[in-house]
Amino acid sequence: MNVPHIVGVSVPRKEGRDKVTGAARYVDDMVLPGMLHGATVRSSVPRGKIKTISFGPAVDWNEFVVVTAKDIPGKNCIALILDDQPCLAAETVNHPEEPILLLAHADRHKLRKAVEAISIEYDPLPSIHTMEESERQSTIIWGTDNTLKSYLVEKGDVDSVWKDAAHIVEGQYLTGAQEQLYIENNGVIASFDPEHGVTVWGSLQCPYYVHKALMALCGLGEDKVRVVQMETGGAFGGKEEYPSMIAGHAALLAIKSGKPVKIIYDRMEDMVATTKRHPSRTRHRTAVSKDGKILGGEIEFTIDGGAYATLSSVVLSRGTIHAGGPYYWPSVRIRTKAVATNTPPHGAFRGFGAPQSLFALERHMDRIAEVVGISPIEIRKRNFLKTGQTTTTEQTIKENIDLHRLLDRALELSGYHAKKKRFAVENKLGKRKKGIGIAAFLHGAGFTGSGERYLNSLVGVEAGPDGIVRVLVSSAEFGQGTNTVLCQIAAEALGLPYENVAIAQPDTTVVPNSGPTVASRTAMIVGKLVQSAARGIRQTLSKTGLLGDNYTPEQFSSACAKYVATHGPLKSYVRYESPGDVYWDDAKYRGEAYAAFAWAVYIAEVTVDLTTYSVTVDDFVALQEIGKVLNPVLAEGQITGGVAQGIGFALYEKVIWQNGRVLNNQMTNYIMPTSVDLPPIRVFFEELGNVHGAHGAKGIGELPMDGPAPAIVNAVEDATGVRFNSIPLLPEDLFEALQRESHEQDVFSTVRGTA
Amino acid sequence: MSSSAEKSAKCQVSFLVNGKETKLLAHPMERLLDVLRNDLGLTGTKEGCGEGECGSCSVLLDGMLVNSCLVPVAQANGASIVTIEGISKHELMSPLQQAFLECGGAQCGICTPGMILAAVHLLEKKPEPALADIREGLAGNLCRCTGYMQIFEAVAKAAQRRVAK
Repeated sequence: MNVPHIVGVSVPRKEGRDKVTGAARYVDDMVLPGMLHGATVRSSVPRGKIKTISFGPAVDWNEFVVVTAKDIPGKNCIALILDDQPCLAAETVNHPEEPILLLAHADRHKLRKAVEAISIEYDPLPSIHTMEESERQSTIIWGTDNTLKSYLVEKGDVDSVWKDAAHIVEGQYLTGAQEQLYIENNGVIASFDPEHGVTVWGSLQCPYYVHKALMALCGLGEDKVRVVQMETGGAFGGKEEYPSMIAGHAALLAIKSGKPVKIIYDRMEDMVATTKRHPSRTRHRTAVSKDGKILGGEIEFTIDGGAYATLSSVVLSRGTIHAGGPYYWPSVRIRTKAVATNTPPHGAFRGFGAPQSLFALERHMDRIAEVVGISPIEIRKRNFLKTGQTTTTEQTIKENIDLHRLLDRALELSGYHAKKKRFAVENKLGKRKKGIGIAAFLHGAGFTGSGERYLNSLVGVEAGPDGIVRVLVSSAEFGQGTNTVLCQIAAEALGLPYENVAIAQPDTTVVPNSGPTVASRTAMIVGKLVQSAARGIRQTLSKTGLLGDNYTPEQFSSACAKYVATHGPLKSYVRYESPGDVYWDDAKYRGEAYAAFAWAVYIAEVTVDLTTYSVTVDDFVALQEIGKVLNPVLAEGQITGGVAQGIGFALYEKVIWQNGRVLNNQMTNYIMPTSVDLPPIRVFFEELGNVHGAHGAKGIGELPMDGPAPAIVNAVEDATGVRFNSIPLLPEDLFEALQRESHEQDVFSTVRGTA
Repeated sequence: MSSSAEKSAKCQVSFLVNGKETKLLAHPMERLLDVLRNDLGLTGTKEGCGEGECGSCSVLLDGMLVNSCLVPVAQANGASIVTIEGISKHELMSPLQQAFLECGGAQCGICTPGMILAAVHLLEKKPEPALADIREGLAGNLCRCTGYMQIFEAVAKAAQRRVAK
């Protein structure tokens, strides 16, 4: 076979043509005969007992399908991890906008009026809205102590390091909530008939999460629930768990009415009711030697989980493991917890806890550098993890990563040193101050620790009698390139042209459970399984004597035709097998946290305008080692998109809360970066390979979310000389902080010189 | 939809949609977006925010780039409307669509139809746009996936190809 390589080449996106011509089918583009529209009546209070629900006299309620918690055939919960979140509040509500009642009608306009005609009376209960209130436990709203989950990581003897430390550096760092802001809002259609059960078509990341949740909610067997993923207009984690909720709602209405029901959120409902990135608070206390080496440290990382546990334990886990960053900690104690507040549950968003704890760490590294009296470059170089050293969870770095060199290359690409010199001169004049900042970080690919073993993913590849190969996975495409990359891998494994490989639409009656489309796991873990499954097809054809070692696509097709005619469908399935050398202790949170880490150094150049208090990012260099670039155009698009979201996280996107409810739930007042707001985002890759990934790939989806915020805020400090330890940093925040700075020192950071 | 739309009687609207004479009955205040999607089945035009911020519902109305979620259908009476479905001719993708595909200008695809219409509008006005013109011309269309870089590249590439022809 002399087929040119397909992996590593920028073949066009599989579903790209449909997307650029407007032919791609999203759930709202689908209409079923007799379909009703569904709507959700939500709580107007943060916490309380439901007293009465009244149906206004102006509406003819006989026309409407009405569903309450009493109509739930199965268990009233969204089955996920702890199953603590109800699908519909029955007696009490625990956060604003909690779903209580569902309505359906064929006419959307009448439906809207009907929602307004329902009034609910509550006996209010005391509510809490900040992490600090939750920790004080004056009101218990979840479990016995408001703690949704906690972890403790301990390495070495951190208590012994303080006495010998030349410097002890402390700091507190805060990050705000962030809305995923996929441009397609959440939406589903559900239908029901007694023979086939429930079918749901939706905009979602994890078909089998929805499948599991619907089985529990509707009290139906595995074969009576079907979930189909439609083209999905962005997700970023925001369609990891919430689709189970909205699918449940549509299913309940469909079961009660016997008709298909479509629920499409409008932007305001989506922003006010669905998940966001967990707000966080990180406290660092670090013992440092005279020459700037970390001796040990204590890290406290706390996230606001909202009213129910949902995914907080997993988000917290990733934030915990990434809290030490790409540095060597001889000793460390990391105490972390997710606390409950009367806020809609926070959830998955690209990076999943890591952007929060890494923001803190990379700000703190600059702080340590300042205290020690060395540069931000030097502090990082003196503490970078090296091959053979261990991470905070005592995972030994086996690959040959050279972070010194990675940093040096990023400095060169950004023109760091020349800019530093130039800014030092230019900043003396005028009110526009320029600065440049660095962030070095890592991101673990795949599920944490034993997670992949529990997932036990199954992947299939099928060859039809026409020689067209179909990849069968539940891994969903939502812009990141899943379809394309998995088809490239299968084509390469079979020596076929890219055009001869297709991907099946994720439909739980057609595709096996290859796990959720999260955690930067698809290209690396599912990709590797696709590669093996594709090879299985080849082996089968070879064993049955239908195909030799060298073949043309035509010979492959005729071998498939013969096989199918004699033996029936030609399918090959492969299940995940844990690499033997991966050790993880869930109780002690110790061991090989991830099968692979991607490594990165990002450098941001900013201008701070002291007249308007705005920060502009002028240049952005994103350099990362990602194992293997499977498709250069798609990989670059992942990085530029992630960096843009990271810039939003740092400078634009602020969720304003009032009693647990989002006040700015519109695109007019929650601002994401537009085409005129972003700098050139310059993307560079290095490829070290990775034995656990397809063709050596590591995950890259989440990585670019981690670095921009700390790099930018480090640059803002470089420009202004003022420490900002909280994001988002909007002009009003900058103004306030600069005013405050003229009066007092930052209360959170203290420095003690010993010896 | 406002209550006025519901109470008011339907009226006859006629316009050219992608070059085709189209007549229909609609409430005058109905959003052009809904008429295109629901009455005419042109689902390539997307709703992102419903308040004119995101540009996903962009169409050309007499050559102007408009957010169809903000246009009452009565206002479109007699106009010529172009949607994403009118951009590709006879199964052939336009140079812009081709460039979006090649450069990675479409990821999740939901902003893509509106983005392409904004780019069509830009290239009509400025056949040889500088990067700053491209940024400005697309500023009313939000994309959450790409960080825009590959969209800029796609528009620049399409412009070069058009000029070269």
